[in-house]
Amino acid sequence: MMATVPTEYGMVLAAVLFCTGLVGLLVRRNVLFMLMSTEIMLNAAGLAFVVAGSRWHEPDGQIMFMIIVTMAGAEVAVGLALIMRFYHLFKTLDTDAADTLKG
Amino acid sequence: MTLTAIILFPLLGGVLAWAAGWKSAASARRIALIAAALQCLLVAALALRLRLAPLAGTASPWLAELRMPWIPQIGASFHLAADGLSMAMLLLTAFLGLVAVLVSEGASGRNGGGLHLCLLSALAAVSGVFLAADLLLFFVFFEAMLVPVYFLIILWGDLREDRFAAALKFFLFTQASGLVMLVAMLVLSFLNARATGQLTLDALELRGVPLAGAVALLLPLGFFLAFAVKLPMVPLHSWQPVTYAAIPASGGIILSGVMAKVGAYGLLRFVLPLFPAASSQLAPWAMVLALAGILYGAFAAFAQTDLRRFIAYSSINHLGFVVLGIFSMNGLGQRGAFALMVAHGCSVAGLFVLAGVMERDGGSRDMARLGGLWAAAPRLGAFALLLIMATLGLPGLANFVGEFLVLLGTFQASPRIAVLAALSTGLSAAYALRFMQRIFFGPRRGAEPAADLSGRQAVAALLLVASLLLLGLFPGTMLQAVNGVLP
Amino acid sequence: MLQLLWTVPALPLLGFALLALFGRRLPRAGVSVIGAGSVGLSAVASGLVAWGYITQTVPAAYSQCLWTWMEVGSLKVDMILWLDPISLVMILVATGVGFLIHVYSTEYMRDDADYARFFAYMNLFVGAMVVLVLAGSLPMLYLGWEGVGLCSYLLIGFWYDNADNARAAVKAFLVTRIGDIGMLIGLFVLWFSLGTLDIQPLMERAQLQWTPNSAVAVAATALLLCGALGKSGQLPLQVWLPDAMAGPTPVSALIHAATMVAAGVYLLARTHVLFDLAPAVQCVVAVIGAATLLLAGTSALAQRDIKRALAYSTISQLGYMFLALGVGAWSAALFHFMTHAFFKALLFMAAGAVILAMHHEQDMFNMGGLRRRLPLVFWTFLAGAMSLAALPLVTAGFYSKDMILWSVLSSPKGGFLLWAAGVVGAFLTGLYSFRIVFLVFFGEEKGHASAKPGPAMMIPLVLLAVLALGAGFVEIPETLGRVALFSSFMGVHAAEASAVLGEGTQQVLAALLALGGLAAAVVLYLLRPGIVKAWVATPSGAALQRLCASGWGFDALYGMLIIRPVVALSSLCRDDFMAVVWRAVGICAEGAAAGLGRAQTGRLRFYMAGIALGAVVVLALVVLL
Repeated sequence: MMATVPTEYGMVLAAVLFCTGLVGLLVRRNVLFMLMSTEIMLNAAGLAFVVAGSRWHEPDGQIMFMIIVTMAGAEVAVGLALIMRFYHLFKTLDTDAADTLKG
Repeated sequence: MTLTAIILFPLLGGVLAWAAGWKSAASARRIALIAAALQCLLVAALALRLRLAPLAGTASPWLAELRMPWIPQIGASFHLAADGLSMAMLLLTAFLGLVAVLVSEGASGRNGGGLHLCLLSALAAVSGVFLAADLLLFFVFFEAMLVPVYFLIILWGDLREDRFAAALKFFLFTQASGLVMLVAMLVLSFLNARATGQLTLDALELRGVPLAGAVALLLPLGFFLAFAVKLPMVPLHSWQPVTYAAIPASGGIILSGVMAKVGAYGLLRFVLPLFPAASSQLAPWAMVLALAGILYGAFAAFAQTDLRRFIAYSSINHLGFVVLGIFSMNGLGQRGAFALMVAHGCSVAGLFVLAGVMERDGGSRDMARLGGLWAAAPRLGAFALLLIMATLGLPGLANFVGEFLVLLGTFQASPRIAVLAALSTGLSAAYALRFMQRIFFGPRRGAEPAADLSGRQAVAALLLVASLLLLGLFPGTMLQAVNGVLP
Repeated sequence: MLQLLWTVPALPLLGFALLALFGRRLPRAGVSVIGAGSVGLSAVASGLVAWGYITQTVPAAYSQCLWTWMEVGSLKVDMILWLDPISLVMILVATGVGFLIHVYSTEYMRDDADYARFFAYMNLFVGAMVVLVLAGSLPMLYLGWEGVGLCSYLLIGFWYDNADNARAAVKAFLVTRIGDIGMLIGLFVLWFSLGTLDIQPLMERAQLQWTPNSAVAVAATALLLCGALGKSGQLPLQVWLPDAMAGPTPVSALIHAATMVAAGVYLLARTHVLFDLAPAVQCVVAVIGAATLLLAGTSALAQRDIKRALAYSTISQLGYMFLALGVGAWSAALFHFMTHAFFKALLFMAAGAVILAMHHEQDMFNMGGLRRRLPLVFWTFLAGAMSLAALPLVTAGFYSKDMILWSVLSSPKGGFLLWAAGVVGAFLTGLYSFRIVFLVFFGEEKGHASAKPGPAMMIPLVLLAVLALGAGFVEIPETLGRVALFSSFMGVHAAEASAVLGEGTQQVLAALLALGGLAAAVVLYLLRPGIVKAWVATPSGAALQRLCASGWGFDALYGMLIIRPVVALSSLCRDDFMAVVWRAVGICAEGAAAGLGRAQTGRLRFYMAGIALGAVVVLALVVLL
């Protein structure tokens, strides 16, 4: 049994990553960067799963990570397509320009 | 099986008419007319058979019934049943359905087939309401009535009115109050299950559920609210004038002639038997409310210049009498209320026929711009005169029988309210005669319609006149129909 | 014979049905035959019934049950015909005089475009009246009662293109309706007090169960009285009758003589047993009668329109009948009703002949000297006027009015004051009836009278003139040789009477006052017309004249007290003030939508922040709680 990284470290890392992503999402106005921030958040969640899985010696955490990676891939594909349409429509990548749903 | 047929038959006729409507509006009308006439015969035949051979030797209060499992998980069953009251209301429904199809606007361009589908499916839903003996089933039919009326207003309504606002108002009022009733139904069923351990929504089995505290008052109020909106009772009436103004005349016949009566029927069928103690506790308040509606409707009708709004407020005035009779809590008043339901169905349908004729033949609806119509349209005038006389309660016509018995019953319960209600008949005479005078007498003003009653309209008018006279002079059969249902 | 009873109402109603359905397709002759013929046959049928009734071996009331109208629990209302002397006299007058009026109308209405409609309404009128008087139960009586109300509405507004006529028709219906509501409530009181609505059992039970002047007796009879006041045009509901002149003249004749206004008198006579149990109400009846006869008599003096003058005279004569009913002399009231039916029908129809000859001129001051142009009309009108003025010995009106006055004086319920009112009324009657005669038929010719009336108009006039003079001989007072056919037929026997004046003295006094009225009319309107003119020119005279001409200002009073508040209230309700509540709900919903809608910025990052914040809050709650 090799020495293991304590669970807490992994979880703190995941939380830090998640917060980085969230802050990025909130402060960036460029939609491309917002998409990237989302990816960071997804990966943070994945890391948390893996850490939790290794803590309880269950394979579920790694399985969830596989699902997240797959989903992230699909999401990037859809997201980039949407960004293309977005740029065509608004001639900018600034999300604040797209407020036509304003009540 | 016949009971199911009564509900399904008009629906089938409506679908056929709709299909035929893609080819020609005239054939859609013909099919709808045949369906409505056959429906009349069907209901009449059933009524005759039940009258001749009621279920002998059973303890059931129903003359005919059909019970099938539906959603056993919540105790709902597909339970149709008919007694004298529901047979009478079914006959009225089928009869007014025939009148509505006779005068329908189907031939005018805008997809006549769909109009007839709406009319006939409304008939089917109302028939279902009068037959349902299961609370949930009743609720389903009760809500199903809204849909065709909504489309009638939106698609075939009067273009001069704000149809969308009217339809929305109609839908919101009836839907919201219907939901309150649903909650009351479910709570009642739940309380019953807790008391007896048996899950049921059957109207008969839920009688005599022990209720105490606030629930004992809130549950009947939940039912009452839905029916009061449907009637409508003041102050829940504000959907009605706009709806009556916007709906096509044929739809108005069904809406005012039959659907409004669903409210009164619901009071008689559910509120009183399910909550006898609370009903008699609420009765004085309901009577005061009814009296307020009678007076308010009369005063408002007196001041109207729009033909349709006049019909709306005069209906409020009359249905106040119905409620008064129901909550007089005695046999005289309730029988009177029943007779008035039938009579008012016929007379208000006649007023809508009148409105339809005037509007279709290029006349105005604004009474201030009408006058002296009698010279040009004596048959229409005579028809209107008879309706007006029925409206003001002339003896010999059906409405008088109802009003007389209602007032007599009310007098027994509360002489003071009866006297005030009787005084209001002076007002109803005033507004009715004013109506007649403004449209048919005096000099011509130029906005009158071009033609008199003709063809189908004349047949419809004749049917209504005959029924008002027959029920007015020989109300015996009608009054006997509810023996055993009402005290 | 008695089995024919149902045909008496059925025939006019059948005539109505035929004319209403096919009238416009029939030729005029056909309409006349059906219209007048049905009422004629009905008159024949009532004659046969009368014959059958009189020749019964044991005279007894006859009833014929047609069908059960309403039956609910212990309430059972039958369509039942009840024939006794009271209803027999009424149907004979209604169908007989009604028939003469119909015959007259065939000529009077000859040129009217709506000939068939007119006869349809007239037939319905007679039919409804017959239903009213033959009714054996109060709801059925009410059926006929409202039926005549409907017909009066239709006929007063017959020439509907004039809005004034239609308004007069509505007024007639509404004013009588107000009385009818009282009557309807009276029915309720009777039902809950006595448990039946059939008239005969009602009276039997009332005699057993009611104590005189008990609250229920007073309430029930007072409410019935309301209905009678409305229909018979008595104070305070008399305002509709003068305006009812808007209809064609035969209609006025029918309303004033054979139908409608007689209904109130009939109701009180029919239920006289109940009224005998409520002397307080009877006293009110007598006072109302006395007041009405004086008020209407003075109003009649100030009218220019010949039909309005006659209308006020009807109100006044009905006042006499109510006076008689108030002192319990119901047979005297019916007797006066009968003679009044003859002479008032005659007066209206003769006035109609004058109006037709004057090309629809109704102002008496534009007439004059017509006795030479229309001699036969003059003589028949004179016969009617004499009978109305109750000129002694030779007229029917004298005998009936005398019977009333003597009953008032001699009855314990009457008294000297009521009698004095009646006698003053007799003076006024003489004055206003001969005022009409002198203004219309004497003096210089003013208008241009044309075409003399034909036989269809003259024969009824002559027949009625004979009746107006001769019908009184069926009842002659003791002082003049006692004939009591009418009262013995009614089953009333003269009671021992004591009064301040002897019967003969009061007769002489009343006759002298009636003749005095005639003499005054001769002076004022024939010999010295200047006196009246000069008096009316003075301010006080003019004011009094205006007051009388307007019927003592009741119209203005009701306009202020009733019509204006009703109209104000209804214009308040016009825009549906209760809907404001729901409009407020709608406005609240819209306001809430506008407020919450501001949260929808449309910016993605704002939503993200919201989600994040929400997640933090939820997490915090989970962790902390």
